Order: sequence, then structure tokens, then C-alpha cells
Amino acid sequence: MYALVDCNNFYVSCERVFQPALAGRPVVVLSNNDGCLIARSDEAKALGLKMGEPFHLVRATLERHRVAVFSSNYALYGDMSRRVMEVLSSFSPEAEPYSIDESFLKLTGLELLYPNLESCAHAIREAVRQQVGVPVCVGVAPTKTLAKLANRLARKCGQGVMVLATPEKQAAARQDTAVGTVWGVGRKYSQKLLAMGVVTAADLANLPEGWARRHLGGVVGQRLWRELNGQPCLAEQFGEQAAPPKQGTSRHSVTCTRSFGRPQQEWAVVREAIATFMARGAEKLRRYNLEAHVVTVLLGTDRYANPGLATRTGVVTLALATADTGELSRAALTALRRVFRPGVAYYRAGILLSGLEPAGQAQFGLFEATPEQRERSHRLMTALDALNTRLGRQTVRLAAAAGPAPAWRGRCAFPSAAYTTEWEQLWTIC
Amino acid sequence: MCALVMLTLPAELLALKLPFYTCLIPAGFPSPAEDYEEQPLDLNRYLFTHPASTFLARITGDSMTGAGIHPGDIITVDRAIAPADGHIVVAVVDGEHTVKRLRRRHGRVWLEAENDRYPALELLADSRLDIWGVVTHVIHSFVSRKAAGSTGRN
Repeated sequence: MYALVDCNNFYVSCERVFQPALAGRPVVVLSNNDGCLIARSDEAKALGLKMGEPFHLVRATLERHRVAVFSSNYALYGDMSRRVMEVLSSFSPEAEPYSIDESFLKLTGLELLYPNLESCAHAIREAVRQQVGVPVCVGVAPTKTLAKLANRLARKCGQGVMVLATPEKQAAARQDTAVGTVWGVGRKYSQKLLAMGVVTAADLANLPEGWARRHLGGVVGQRLWRELNGQPCLAEQFGEQAAPPKQGTSRHSVTCTRSFGRPQQEWAVVREAIATFMARGAEKLRRYNLEAHVVTVLLGTDRYANPGLATRTGVVTLALATADTGELSRAALTALRRVFRPGVAYYRAGILLSGLEPAGQAQFGLFEATPEQRERSHRLMTALDALNTRLGRQTVRLAAAAGPAPAWRGRCAFPSAAYTTEWEQLWTIC
Repeated sequence: MCALVMLTLPAELLALKLPFYTCLIPAGFPSPAEDYEEQPLDLNRYLFTHPASTFLARITGDSMTGAGIHPGDIITVDRAIAPADGHIVVAVVDGEHTVKRLRRRHGRVWLEAENDRYPALELLADSRLDIWGVVTHVIHSFVSRKAAGSTGRN
């Protein structure tokens, strides 16, 4: 049996843990750069505010209903997510984070500790609520796809828990679920299915397996059909065959992209932004113990003025994979020089590191760095990361990268504090 | 006769790594202590029984000075502990967090400040008392961080 544990309105719930006055009030959290709504409390949903709605369009509504508005605070959400994960790991050694606010748990063996799966699910829900302060919903079923479906129903039914242990309950749940909301059915397939008269998850599950294989992308569709019918076949990410997720060997790329607060045309400003993103990306690479071969720089222009041509990319391939901030920044600036056009207003920028391999496996070439040089670079980067961990991000940086509060920084007009991760912003109590 | 041979050593060789022993190595019997790897004491592990549910907060008020909690101190708050009579707790009162001593006796529940200038806050039986967490430790500094940074032995 699998449980899918999903935090309710996670970003809003995190803000509420430290600001109890927000309980019962409508609250929304905005995306990076205060662009659009990415989290809404139940009260905000009741006001008709939609996910992804541009902030400037709903500003008047928000003010009229005295909705509390927050810029996104990923330092806080990341830390709270880690805490939720830790509590879940105390229930089952096989806990797999699926996103910042969702985790799968394998419940094998847990049924022995509880009278039934319902009470087990309630215990999980209560533990997270008490220990971290975040409300969650728990869906339990024999497959991950059905656990996802159970989770949706857990929220709808108001109990916060839904267990689909018997075939009868699974059938009823499929009947209650629109096919478009099934995990793995995207918008395209959903339209196709509706056009064919497949409306609910039950309609899909009742079609022959071969039909799913033919019409829903081959093996992927077949797997979806089986999962929906209660036969587990989604490869388990936890434990056995898969590498521990922290090592990140399954990662294909590392990215760091941001929207600018306002469009930027200056070479110096864009260059500083790219160098800053690269410092961040290289730091991430080192954290996962990886090195990158390919450096890509992305520049975004006005999406509405140039539909289809809004993003320009420049690529530099390195002879030797590296995680050295200096080497990677040099490559990124070379790539940037190739794509940057004076007089163009850029709205977004970012870097993407790919061609990843585990650190220390590079083949040495005749003209590249010697092992001694690489060892020196490794020591320098270790020292750099240690200093920045202790003194704050980007305290020690390349001259090309930006200090605090750069000109291009995105809008963040409604910040809450990094209550749990910064000494200067520590949660205060009277 | 003596000959002087000049050797050029690559700079890397000078940075040769040598094992560092924390004790003198006697020619005779090896030190029995060498077998014990020295781990620095970890205050986190000592103080936090439940790291996932423990939060730090800085105190700004003076209502708990009698309990040794002063403005500027950092408290550790554990949400996993069930609050009981006599615990110092973080409670939610009128939408605000407050640190007080929890009293639960004879079917009555109230919060007590530990400073004569503050009254005890009695909560009626029907008003739900919302306890955020139990205060497990207080970190009080006797020397400012700045002063602690200088050794002052010049």
C-alpha cells in the first residue's frame, strides 16, 4: 500500500505557522517576481481567486476583501518541507518526496502497528499537523496513481483521509474522478479522451488494456491503465535499485533562472545576473557532487511581443566536466556574448548546466587542467562553499557576480521573514 | 670531499600531506587513546530530541524574566512534546505568539507570566487554548557576539 501525503495550500500554511493571526483569513502567495497567484488559502479560493491569475489583474479584488498577500519565501517553504519529510520518514523508511509539498510513503508493515489503514493515515496526518504545524491530506491505495486519486478525494470529502483498500472502494473512487485529473493524463490526452466519450477514470479503467497502449503513448499508457486498475507498476524511487536521491545522479540538469524586476538592456547588468545565477548553479552542482560538461545561457524577451521567439539560448561545451564557479562563469559569459543583442529588452535570464557526471570521474586530456590544478580548484570551492554557508549566500563571490539587492532583482514587495534559516530574520516572540 | 647536488622540487611536493597525530608517538607502546576518534560535541544532538519539530525563536519581551528568559535570548520550542502543567509554552493568544508558564489545575487552565508587572491570563473553559509548542531550552549570552569574537590577549 502507498500513501500520498499532500500538504494543504502548503505555502499559505507555512506562513500561518508563524503568523497565527492569518488563521481563518484569506491568504495568497505570489510567484517569483510577484507575477501571479501560486497558493491560495481555502478562504481565498472561496472568493473565486484562481491559481496562476496575474497579480495585477486581481489586485483590486485582493484589497477589497482584505486578503493577506505574500511574495514567495522559498527559504521558509524549503525548510518546512524538509521538516515534513523528516516526520514522514519516522513512519516508513521508504518515503519519497515527489514535490516540495507531496511525498509518497510505502506503508508495508505499518498495518501491523495500527488497527487499520484509516487509523494509520490519521496518525500520519496528526503527526505532521502537530510537529510541523502544516495540515495535510493522506490518500492510501495499492498503487501510486490510485493514491494520488485517493488524495484528491481525501481533500474533497473533508476528512483529510481516504483509504482505497478494497476493489469496491477503488471502483467508486474511479467513478468520482474526472479523467483529466488522473495522474499522468495531461491536457492533450484529456481532450482526446473526452472527445472519445471517456469522461471518468472508471471509463478509462474499463477499456481494454490494449486500447490504453494504442491511444495513450504505448508503454506509458499501459502502465497508467494498470496502475489505475490497482496493479502497481510505477518503478519505486525509494530504496533498492535507485540511487539515494541526495546523490542526484538521476539528475539531468541543474538550472537557475529568474525574471527581472523590470526589463534590462544593459550588457553589464545582464552579465552580472548570469554570473550570479552561475554561482548558484555551480554551488548546486557541488552539493550534488556532480560536474557539468555543457553550459547553456538563456535570455528571455517579451513573451507577448515575440511569441515563439521569446527565448534565445547560447551553448558552450567544456572539454572537461567541472563544478568550478570560475570556469563555469567564464563559459557562461562566452555563451552570453554570443546571444546578447544590444538594444533588446530582456525580461528573464538563466543558466542551465547539463551533461552531468559524478565528480572526479573526468578523463584527463593533454591540454586540460592537471590533476593538481583540479585538486586546487576543488579545495578552493570547498572553502568557498563553507564560507558562504557560514556567512550567508554570495558573501564570497566572483567580482562579476552581484552582491545583495542587485538592480535586476525581481519584485518582492510582500516578503515574510526566513524565520527558520537566517539568524538575522529569526522568528520573534514577545 | 663533498659534492653539493641541487635538486629542484616541484611546489606540489612541498604541500605533501602528512598524517597529523594528536599525540606524541612513543617508540614503545602506542597510546591507547589513539584508538578513539575524537568527535566534537554536537550541541544540536544534545539539545534537540526532535529536530524536525524544534524551532528557534528570539524573545523580545520581559514577561518571563523570572524564569530566566530575557529579551534578546533565543528559546528552543518543541512541537512534539505534549504540553503539561508547569511547562513553559509558546501559546497563541489573540492571534499573537506569547511565552508563558502553562497552569492546568482543578479543571482550570491559565497562562502565567513570571514577572510581577504582568497579570496571570486565565482562559475560560470554553475558549480553546492554542498551545504552539513547549519551550525546552533558553540560550542566554553573557558576552556579546562581538566581544566573544576578540581574544583580548594582546
